[in-house]
Amino acid sequence: MYFFYEIKEGLVIAFRAIRANKMRSVLTTLGIVIGIVSVTMMATAIEGVNRAFEKSASAFGSKVVYIQKYPWVGGDDWWKYRNRKDMKLEYTDYIIRQATLIDVVAPDVSTMKDARYASRSMLNVWVTGTTHEYQRASGTTIQDGRFFSQAESDGGRPVCTIGANVAETLFPSVDPIGQTIKVGGYPYRVLAVFEKQGGLFGAFTSDNRIYVPIQSFLNHFGSRRDVTLNIRIAQNADLDDAKEELRGIMRKVRHLRPGQEDDFNINEQELLMQVFQGITAVIAGVGFFITGLSLFVGGIGIMNIMYVSVSERTKEIGIRKAIGARRRTILLQFLVESALICLLGGIIGLMIAYPLSLIADQLLPTAMPISVVVLALMVSIVVGVVSGFLPAYRAAKMDPVEALRYE
Amino acid sequence: MNNSVVINLQQITKQYDMGGAEEVHALRGVSLKIHKNEYVAIMGPSGSGKSTLMNIIGCLDTPTSGLYEFNGINVSEMNDNQLAKIRNKEIGFVFQTFNLLARSNALHNVELPLIYGGVQSTERKRLSRFALEQVGLGDRVHHKPNELSGGQRQRVAIARALVNNPSIILADEPTGNLDTKTGDEIMVLFEQLHVEGNTIILVTHEEYIAEHAHRIIRVRDGHIENDEKVEKRKTIKVGVS
Repeated sequence: MYFFYEIKEGLVIAFRAIRANKMRSVLTTLGIVIGIVSVTMMATAIEGVNRAFEKSASAFGSKVVYIQKYPWVGGDDWWKYRNRKDMKLEYTDYIIRQATLIDVVAPDVSTMKDARYASRSMLNVWVTGTTHEYQRASGTTIQDGRFFSQAESDGGRPVCTIGANVAETLFPSVDPIGQTIKVGGYPYRVLAVFEKQGGLFGAFTSDNRIYVPIQSFLNHFGSRRDVTLNIRIAQNADLDDAKEELRGIMRKVRHLRPGQEDDFNINEQELLMQVFQGITAVIAGVGFFITGLSLFVGGIGIMNIMYVSVSERTKEIGIRKAIGARRRTILLQFLVESALICLLGGIIGLMIAYPLSLIADQLLPTAMPISVVVLALMVSIVVGVVSGFLPAYRAAKMDPVEALRYE
Repeated sequence: MNNSVVINLQQITKQYDMGGAEEVHALRGVSLKIHKNEYVAIMGPSGSGKSTLMNIIGCLDTPTSGLYEFNGINVSEMNDNQLAKIRNKEIGFVFQTFNLLARSNALHNVELPLIYGGVQSTERKRLSRFALEQVGLGDRVHHKPNELSGGQRQRVAIARALVNNPSIILADEPTGNLDTKTGDEIMVLFEQLHVEGNTIILVTHEEYIAEHAHRIIRVRDGHIENDEKVEKRKTIKVGVS
């Protein structure tokens, strides 16, 4: 109780002292302001990137696996994967017949082609050949129109569904549905446009792609292609069980002997998440270290000015001690003062960082959650207390006789 | 009641290390008793040990050896915080240079001992105003020290010394920075405080000021040279100011 009373009195004294030395307080605070701005901007950027990543990663679907020649992550020996046998289209039916824990399988093959409509063109667009099951397997949503049917898929009809960016580029003013575009020189009629996915992985999402029936793709763009199998796991099945089952099926279809290494990979979103989180942790570590340094420098500034303040106010300390201020009271008075200076710095820093984060959001996804705000304010107070401690301790242990004699 | 001993010093010594082997013996065995409601002046030339004695009496400093009992309590062995509490509750200081907080108004300066004594705000304000009225500054409570004359500043300091209702008032050259007329007014105030029952210890080197007291203790070379009643007390009529 008495402790809070002392804190309260300390605050009154501290406000007085800060007001009395306005210019000095402002300059001292500047170091903390800069430190807090840089630290919160860093936290804001990392938080924003994490959120954007989670949003983007959800585009992959959490219950979807991708059977491919190459692993998404940890591929240290590219030639080994390169020399694996290609994934074949025929695996699709084999998996559908054998697997019990899956919902749907859609093979896809991709290549880059130019797309044209009238005088407009888009160079090097990813063209993906797949089946009518693709939409269900990938979980993408159509904004307008319909995905191609089984008949169109099996028959290799010249129809396509285009990504949102493709639609924007080729059809700035016309409704794309029903129009015919040229993909790699072949005419395809647009059936549908996918909803925009956005996010960090533009290249991986449907936004910049054109989807055509796989038979048409193989006819037009060549049949020797490495296939990716998009597989959606059944709702009620366990992901690991389903992966294990798929692995068994794949080993059989690839004719692997027991003991032989898998020559395929079952990729999933989770792996990307792990790698990404590893990367952001490193960036965050380095970033916080560097920005933390500026806060540290700010703290040294506070310590310096508190030393000045203490020696300037030696006489005052002597008076206060003579009148009955205890060591702890003097200690608290100066600690509260330096904490208050830093807290004000933190508040000013946040007031600067918040609009900055809104501006930065135009270039890079950012987000300033309340936790960052609270943390920044707590860090400011801690910096104030830590850097104010030595000067405050020096004030507290002053000899009242010496201090009173000081002029 | 009047006979109770407030201050009891027995064989007090104080040495200072001046670095190296050199030692300064500021006090070489001082024994002294001061009773309640006494009005004592401590005199001595500079370097006599007068200031050291005052610091020890005021619990700002502790003796190297000897016993100091304050109201029967041994304070010679107390630590910093215990001494701070004694200074806060039992001793009212009045300094030559007033020693007010420059940025605080009169009221806040007087409040200070009560703040450190843990008195709540409203009670603090009431007691502080009362103390300022006692020294005749009831109309100057919100003035800052630089808006007050020297005499008024010293009155604020006296109000601050009084506000905790201490056992002694310890005044170190209280008129040293004032002209004679203002100094006399301050001495009238001390006379009045003495009449009201306060114990006053006055440290000075001016004979003229010391003669207001009932008893003069003369210090020289770390000893009490002389301790006697004042024959012809200088009195100024109370109620002039």
